[in-house]
Amino acid sequence: MGLFSKFIAKIKGTNDFSPADWADLEQELLSSDVGPRLTQEFLEAAKKVKSENAEEALVEIMTKNLSSNSHEPILGEATTTIMVVGVNGTGKTTSVAKLASYYKRSGKSVVLAAGDTFRAAAVDQLKTWGDRIGVAVVSGKENGDPASVAFDGAKSAQDSKSDIFIIDTAGRLHNKSDLMAELSKVKRVVEKVSPINEVLLVIDATTGQNGLQQAKIFTESVEVTGIVLTKLDGSAKGGVALAIEAELGIPIKWVGTGESEGDFAPFEAQSYIKGLLA
Amino acid sequence: MFESLTSRFSGAFSSLRSKGKISTSDIESTCQEIRQALLESDVALSVVENFIADIRQKSLDALPTLQSGTNQANAIFEIVNASLIEILGGQARRVRFAKNPPTVIMLAGLQGAGKTTLAGKLAKFYADQGNTPLLVASDLQRPNAVTQLQVVGESVNVPVFAPEPGNGQGNPVKVAKDGIEFAKSKLYNMVIVDTAGRLGVDEDLMKQASDIRDAINPDEILFVVDAMIGQDAVRTSQAFLDGVGFDGVVLTKLDGDARGGAALSIASMTKRPIMFASTGEKLHEFDIFYPERMASRILGLGDVATLAEQAKKAFDTDTSAKLEAKFASGEDFTLEDFLEQLQAMSKMGNMSKLLGMLPGAGQMKKQIENFDEGEIVRTKAIVQSMTPTERRDPKVLNGSRRARIALGSGRKVSDVNNLVDRFTAAQKMMKQVRNGGMPAGMPPGMGMPAMPKLNAPVNKKKKSKSGNPAKRAQEEGQ
Ligand SMILES: Nc1nc2c(ncn2[C@@H]2O[C@H](COP(=O)(O)OP(=O)(O)O)[C@@H](O)[C@H]2O)c(=O)[nH]1
Ligand SMILES: [Mg+2]
Repeated sequence: MGLFSKFIAKIKGTNDFSPADWADLEQELLSSDVGPRLTQEFLEAAKKVKSENAEEALVEIMTKNLSSNSHEPILGEATTTIMVVGVNGTGKTTSVAKLASYYKRSGKSVVLAAGDTFRAAAVDQLKTWGDRIGVAVVSGKENGDPASVAFDGAKSAQDSKSDIFIIDTAGRLHNKSDLMAELSKVKRVVEKVSPINEVLLVIDATTGQNGLQQAKIFTESVEVTGIVLTKLDGSAKGGVALAIEAELGIPIKWVGTGESEGDFAPFEAQSYIKGLLA
Repeated sequence: MFESLTSRFSGAFSSLRSKGKISTSDIESTCQEIRQALLESDVALSVVENFIADIRQKSLDALPTLQSGTNQANAIFEIVNASLIEILGGQARRVRFAKNPPTVIMLAGLQGAGKTTLAGKLAKFYADQGNTPLLVASDLQRPNAVTQLQVVGESVNVPVFAPEPGNGQGNPVKVAKDGIEFAKSKLYNMVIVDTAGRLGVDEDLMKQASDIRDAINPDEILFVVDAMIGQDAVRTSQAFLDGVGFDGVVLTKLDGDARGGAALSIASMTKRPIMFASTGEKLHEFDIFYPERMASRILGLGDVATLAEQAKKAFDTDTSAKLEAKFASGEDFTLEDFLEQLQAMSKMGNMSKLLGMLPGAGQMKKQIENFDEGEIVRTKAIVQSMTPTERRDPKVLNGSRRARIALGSGRKVSDVNNLVDRFTAAQKMMKQVRNGGMPAGMPPGMGMPAMPKLNAPVNKKKKSKSGNPAKRAQEEGQ
């Protein structure tokens, strides 16, 4: 039984906690990466909870932190254009492939652009995925201009009247202003062809409080519209995404739970919150 | 909320220093500040509690023996610093070379930690020291990880043993084993084995990792971990310790703005030294891990040692020696020197990264984030549009010369004026520094051309809008 369930059992029973109980709960919350601020807020609210409905009440306290913006993926009128961004190694390319596979399975036509022209063999990585899933990948030269690859991809998606166009981008640390400027340029150049409907920031569930900083700065550069939370199949709970929801109002839209294309699903609030508290 | 650990610490200590005499309750509130800072930096709660208990006790013990508040603050600062260094591993340890080569290094870690890039960096690092490393491609999982390692190996001129294409095909244990045999037969003195990323909770893959270990009997297993990792650092490092075991830790992506909370947790929980720091995407952006430097970085002292080293590397010895000679002989610092410095500085790469290493940089964080790197390029263009005479003696720069330079460099006359003013100020500063002495190991005038800029209003961006899309919509709607 998880510590949280024990806690709930206690609320239902005695409703009387020792300081050690609160310390345990604090530990549990912190270890899910929701951060010290949400942890304190939660503890304060939890101290007021009594009653039979303890479990619901506690889930409710957590759920209040979710953004009021829609967690539904955005679909456009014509070609839905999605740009996938994030720091190095979070799972962008894999998520692009998973998204492509998801939409392909729902009967949509998909085109990908290999916008990571920087990392060694990143283009091949996406092409391998393209072959596996059976979707076209537009690519350019390695070390070439990512904006022009994305531009070509957008044109190709438009000409072929594809339903979905997804741009993979190179990983970049948000504190590198030149690389962030490059990313905004990719976005601007693509928008000459078609509006970008969704900018997805990929956050690795193992990320700590630095995830907030990532979300803040990526949003400043390219107006992130949603989060893909990856690697939830590990021991990390991805609590920083809740802090991002609460602090910046950016909704989680997708979750990744493995290395295969099927390990992917639209965000589901209840199971995420319960996962944090498990 | 976004305050870094560094500025937290600086804050805590400057308020201590401003006290006449420190009381036990001051120590308590400092401890609380530090506790909060460490939690915001992802240090595991249990590690934080131990750390705080330790420094609280040491500080209370030291208090009566100290006279003034300033002394007390400094002593407490020293206690915190020493405790940090102690946890971060005391003296940095180097890789142990095998008595009978090859020395075998195995990399292990989560997906996306940066193992493949690190393999290339290690290979380069040791090849540069005269070793003959071989890279072995045992990540047969992630699509095109093998190709990636081949590209990386090629760019550092280190051969790659890659008999299997990967992408799910081939047996990584066999590849690793064959790689060692191959290295022995070809007399490579070092083998670096890249492995697939795996989760601590994935029993099958952890078993595979220990099978690789048993097949190659490595001299060093290095656990590779992303510096941005949060609380999971504790669970994951424990899982790797139990599953494969490791002898040292490598922190990657330290060029980001994560402040190293994970380093503290992992070092303190696993008692394994952090051996290397990976600091960029390029293959030379890598160094031995220095616990003292990391502690200083955490404490907001800035990483001066690293800065000086990078500066030395960037200023080729000739330039440096010439400048130093000039400096010593009392000759004037000219615009030509200024340009040479700028060129060296752009060679040093990411300016904000460098500035981040300077003492007190924690407090200048905002300015650093807004630092305009294009400034160097523009300044360079202006100086390059000057004639040699003008560069040597900017006093000849009259109005028409300035107009010509502006035209030539594609800048405005006011930009030229601005540069000349800044140069004159830097020159004056150089003279002062010469009279007052220079910090050892720093090329003369290092960074000075850029420094006045930090005090100038740099916030060219529009007033920043809310990061919250809903709030922003409101702001924009007004
Ligand atoms: N376990 C797990 N691994 C993932 C997930 N998403 C991506 N990965 C792995 O993380 C590593 C980095 O992924 P990649 O897509 O190349 O990251 P990128 O650098 O952001 O494009 C690869 O080994 C992926 O297989 C996930 O949801 N779970
Ligand atoms: Mg990628």
